[in-house]
Amino acid sequence: MISINEKELSYMKGLTIGDLATSQNPDADVFILNGCPVSANTLVQDGDNCAIIQKGAIPTPAEMDYLLSSRHSPGVHKIIKKSTVAILGLGGLGSAVAGAMAKIGIGKMLLSDYDVVEPSNLNRQHYFVDQIGMQKTRALKDNLLRMNPSLSLELIDKQLTEEILPHLFRNVDVLIECFDNPVMKAATFRSALTKMENVSYIGSSGMAGFGDNNIITTRMLRQGMYIVGDDTSAARPGMGLMAPRVGIAAHHQANQALRLLLGVDKGRQHK
Amino acid sequence: MNITLNGKDKSLHKAMSVTDLLTGLELTPETVVVEINTTILQPDSYQSTILAEGDQVEIIRFVGGG
Repeated sequence: MISINEKELSYMKGLTIGDLATSQNPDADVFILNGCPVSANTLVQDGDNCAIIQKGAIPTPAEMDYLLSSRHSPGVHKIIKKSTVAILGLGGLGSAVAGAMAKIGIGKMLLSDYDVVEPSNLNRQHYFVDQIGMQKTRALKDNLLRMNPSLSLELIDKQLTEEILPHLFRNVDVLIECFDNPVMKAATFRSALTKMENVSYIGSSGMAGFGDNNIITTRMLRQGMYIVGDDTSAARPGMGLMAPRVGIAAHHQANQALRLLLGVDKGRQHK
Repeated sequence: MNITLNGKDKSLHKAMSVTDLLTGLELTPETVVVEINTTILQPDSYQSTILAEGDQVEIIRFVGGG
């Protein structure tokens, strides 16, 4: 059997993905075989997983889900889809981490920030000029749903304290700390260590300016607990936060979250 | 008196609290997480916690930006 856009068809020797497309949607012009884009004349094998797409046509949510599944492989997609992450602070780090998580089809995100979009944010944060003045949680929700309409998002639009963190986040799979304020970074790490024993953790420290790319690292401090950054580059007058380097750190965080969710790196709940 | 600080030996010339240690290291208490002998300290105990010979101290510091 061959699967094409989730339909099962019987396999015949010599069949190309283009032949299959003709029978399903003659206007299709993008062909994906087992997660990889291929040309129309690529032969298919028994058991292959095919997707055909018409360029420019907006897929239904079910089709999008299928495309993600075929691109990421069904096993990986299934795990991502049932996972929940929390993103604390929706600035340069948080808005970029959320975008990466949205694009890979994360099951659920808890998005937390108390602030509004300001002009000074736009040098690095994933908001638009016409969103200035909006609550960041609302603005980011709008943006993320345009990337992936199937997302489940929970917005937490308030200033957090060390005491309230475990009540809000103790049930997520991975907590990603993206605060600007070092006091909240320390408080969140302490809270995760002492009161959220089953939550894997990715914090951040040191990504201002335009220093060396390669001194931004992902350090494991405990099983399932990581800090991303260069550990020293604080944001200060003369060394501001800028999109390129903050983006490097954000995507370290996002990839570490993915590794923890997929079990490539052990999370805290692993015994 | 000797302690281990972030895996390295450190001599202290007098008895001191965690607050004194952080001050000497020029660290802001609110931006660090302190662990002594695998126990995480709450910040309100930094002043009253006096370091003892052989203590294993881990300090994780955070700098601003995000």
